[in-house]
Amino acid sequence: MFILKLIIRNAFRHKLRSVLTVIGVAIAILAFGLLRTLVGLWYHGVEASSATRLVTRNAISLIFSLPISYKDRIRQIPGVKSVAYGNWFGGIYIDEKNFFANYAVDPQTYLGLYPEFVLPPGQRENFIRDRKGCIAGKRLADKYGWKVGDLITLRGTIFPGQWEFVLRGIYKGAEKSTEERVLLFHWDYLNETLRKTIPRRADQAGFYIIGVTNPDQAAAVSVAVDQLFRNSLAETLTETERAFQLSFVSMTEAIMIAIQIVSYVVIVIIMVVAANTMAMTARERIAEYATLKTLGFGVGHIAVIVYGESLAISLCGGMLGIVSTFPAANWIETELSQFFPAFSIRPATIYFDLLAALMVGAVAGIFPTWRGATIRIADGLRRIG
Amino acid sequence: MAGSGTSLVQIRNLSKSYRRGNQVIPVLQEISLDIAEGEFLALMGPSGSGKSTLLNLIAGIDKADEGSIVIGGVDVATLAEGDLAAWRSANVGFIFQFYNLMPVLTAYENVELPLLLTSLTRRERREHVELALQLVGLADRIDHYPSQLSGGQQQRVAIARAVVTDPLILVADEPTGDLDRVSAEEILTLMDRLVHGFGKTIIMVTHDPRAAEKAHVVRHLEKGELTI
Amino acid sequence: MAIPISYSFRNLWTRRLTTVLTAAGMALVVFVFAATLMLAEGLRKTLVDTGSYDNVVVIRKSANAEVQSGVERLQASIVESLPEIATGEDGKKLVAKELVVLINLPKRGSNKPANVVIRGIAGTSLALRPQVRLVAGRMPRPGSAEVIAGKSIAERFQGGGIGESLRFGMRDWTVVGVFAAGNTGFNSEIWGDVDQLMQAFRRPVYSSVLFKLRDSTEFDGVRERIQGDPRLTLDVKRELQFYADQSEAMAKFLRILGMVLTIIFSLGAMIGAMITMYAAVANRVVEIGTLRALGYRKGSILVAFILESLFLGLVGGLAGVFCASFMQLITISTMNWQTFAELAFGFDLTVGIAGKSLAFSLVMGFVGGLLPAVRAARMNIVDALRAT
Repeated sequence: MFILKLIIRNAFRHKLRSVLTVIGVAIAILAFGLLRTLVGLWYHGVEASSATRLVTRNAISLIFSLPISYKDRIRQIPGVKSVAYGNWFGGIYIDEKNFFANYAVDPQTYLGLYPEFVLPPGQRENFIRDRKGCIAGKRLADKYGWKVGDLITLRGTIFPGQWEFVLRGIYKGAEKSTEERVLLFHWDYLNETLRKTIPRRADQAGFYIIGVTNPDQAAAVSVAVDQLFRNSLAETLTETERAFQLSFVSMTEAIMIAIQIVSYVVIVIIMVVAANTMAMTARERIAEYATLKTLGFGVGHIAVIVYGESLAISLCGGMLGIVSTFPAANWIETELSQFFPAFSIRPATIYFDLLAALMVGAVAGIFPTWRGATIRIADGLRRIG
Repeated sequence: MAGSGTSLVQIRNLSKSYRRGNQVIPVLQEISLDIAEGEFLALMGPSGSGKSTLLNLIAGIDKADEGSIVIGGVDVATLAEGDLAAWRSANVGFIFQFYNLMPVLTAYENVELPLLLTSLTRRERREHVELALQLVGLADRIDHYPSQLSGGQQQRVAIARAVVTDPLILVADEPTGDLDRVSAEEILTLMDRLVHGFGKTIIMVTHDPRAAEKAHVVRHLEKGELTI
Repeated sequence: MAIPISYSFRNLWTRRLTTVLTAAGMALVVFVFAATLMLAEGLRKTLVDTGSYDNVVVIRKSANAEVQSGVERLQASIVESLPEIATGEDGKKLVAKELVVLINLPKRGSNKPANVVIRGIAGTSLALRPQVRLVAGRMPRPGSAEVIAGKSIAERFQGGGIGESLRFGMRDWTVVGVFAAGNTGFNSEIWGDVDQLMQAFRRPVYSSVLFKLRDSTEFDGVRERIQGDPRLTLDVKRELQFYADQSEAMAKFLRILGMVLTIIFSLGAMIGAMITMYAAVANRVVEIGTLRALGYRKGSILVAFILESLFLGLVGGLAGVFCASFMQLITISTMNWQTFAELAFGFDLTVGIAGKSLAFSLVMGFVGGLLPAVRAARMNIVDALRAT
């Protein structure tokens, strides 16, 4: 207990220096936490995806579609429970800045395959009944202040024109990780309009979602689907939803890896600064450590005193950094919503922050502790701080 | 009085040299010395004569190359590091030129430091500390930090710290070196009282002739050898 | 009377460990600063070279990228007939109707797939893009299933090298040539005959029309004419602008990220410098008092300490830039979020960036050392001499 008292009083003895170091560590931990969150966001989609749903798309690339006639043929494959289809619409709501995912889907089967989209009673039926209807996730609706019954217009990019929908329902995600920023509308509405305007683009599905009767059959069904359409005009590539998301993520991996590296560099930098501080501090106190030794305190005692101080300062900085992470994340969510519509801090990040702060203190304290604890008393006393 | 009974401290053929790079510099050459219990010894000599080194060896904070130092029946020169520390905390009290108090601890806490290595209870420690501070006349300043005390007062706290464990010997390295005349006089009076009133044995290194006056015995060191 | 510079220098040398640690911290910060600038510059260079100012790109209205765009044959012909189009040396009009699609190709080594642009080109396409040169092999024969690959594709994707073949649209396509396109995004593309590719992918419409203006100033007129024509539903942009817009989101992201990181890092480095310099001052109180007593003025003390921290900054900056220059060996390849296509760019170290980084480092040293230097200069002589 006494040693703790000594550590804490020593830590803030030199107020300016300690405050500067604490602030430095706080900034570093803050940056570390934010960068980790950023990277975590990227892989977010993967977590929400399922290993029992399959995604079938054109084997050439995402920009090619599949004939709608494939639906029934896929249904026939053993192991397939239900088949939904849809198109990535890519419509813009008012401004390019307001980016969110919007799809044209067949409501019955699609919602059947996505039970995690939970709609209040009545809304689901209203949506299915109204061909011009659409549903949106709660986060999306909250952001733009949409209420059921509102008219929502999207400017088409892939399918040109101004498209109007009536908001028939707002869904909540069943899990915390469920995506709540998606807008869904009727594939039939898209298709009918296409038949009238650009008929050659009608009757096409961008993707099929397949639900299997048994998760173990996922691989076998995937192979069967692709086999069915091999050597046809539109060959398919079928994989689990998770694999599909992962392939997206891997395409932008380079930047994310760079950011991860940077987040570790931040910690290294502050380690260097903290080590510097501790080295200076320990050097100034050599005479005190020697005095303690003369009084009979051992190497172990001295080590705890020095190391403890290093840890105390960095933990303080860590706490400060962690506490500032929340308002910072809030700011990012509101000001930089174009890039980061959801920037929430996960508990795991906080633990990592703490760990990082501990590491900073641990590494920074090594050399000074060794020097202070092993000083020969006579040498130490000779040096007057 | 000096010479009565077996000596508390018996030093025989003590030698110590320092290594600086490739050079070997001898500091003490085969010193032999007896110090009786209750004696107040002053070691004087020019800079570099080795008097501080001798003091350090007696106090057990440095190791000799050759020779023996028997204090209270224990040959300190043969003790291992860990045992030496334990022996030291129980048997030696230090008084430094620059006081060497912990700036972040109060006077009370500074004096309490050596007792934390013992198994005394909190209450027992308190008794000892208050007694020691009373002895040096600082009972009313126990909660002050060193920065709030004058040089003389700090040295008195240091002395209280040195006697609180009731050690066999007190070792003082230029105790008045950093004090003005009045404070120095106070400290020397205090040390005198410790010897005459409490029978303490003090070994002191000093430049100050007035300090030497207070001592029973004055020995001179020159180039590593005891002259007078 | 100024204190000699060697005083500052030697003081740093005496406390080597602290000096090295502080300079190392600053070096790391400068490294990240320079690397971020270099990355943004690399991206910018790629964009700037991708596209000529005198060329005009025509795509379907409201499409954000060529892959989203579809230009009907009829509309393309109307565009072809514009009088403002320049004429080439061979008397033919410098206009090309092109098709752009994406295919999934696995990378060499990792097998990870990426979306690669396949561009169906016309005979004039190469002439319209003077930055592009064939560096190996030959152009595809018209009417054949042959393609040429950009350097980046040939190096990094399976089947992309000369003599290798790719399979798509139910046919095998042989790579008969490799082209280099400077720093541009075209390096990450595969080019083939537009008619063959349209057939293979069963696309009856073009993606875009590219032409060169006979007179660059006529751009606005041309744009008004096309966008005002009721038969056409097209958007018109200068080629340079078009490609810049396509990577705008990425460029912006990198810029913001870079700025945020820089601010955070520089704060950390300045704190490090400040701590070091405060300690330096505290340790030399007696010295400073002595210097003042000898007659050196407050200003000289201030300058001496600031020089010391500037020197720290300089060392850190040089080390940081030196390490950052090795980043030029690395190429980043990622998917452009706007076009979904593979985009490869590298770190580009210019003299300007090196200069900016050094200046940044010096500023950090200055700001970090200012307050401590002021404290040193304003010290009371008597107190300083009396301090132990």
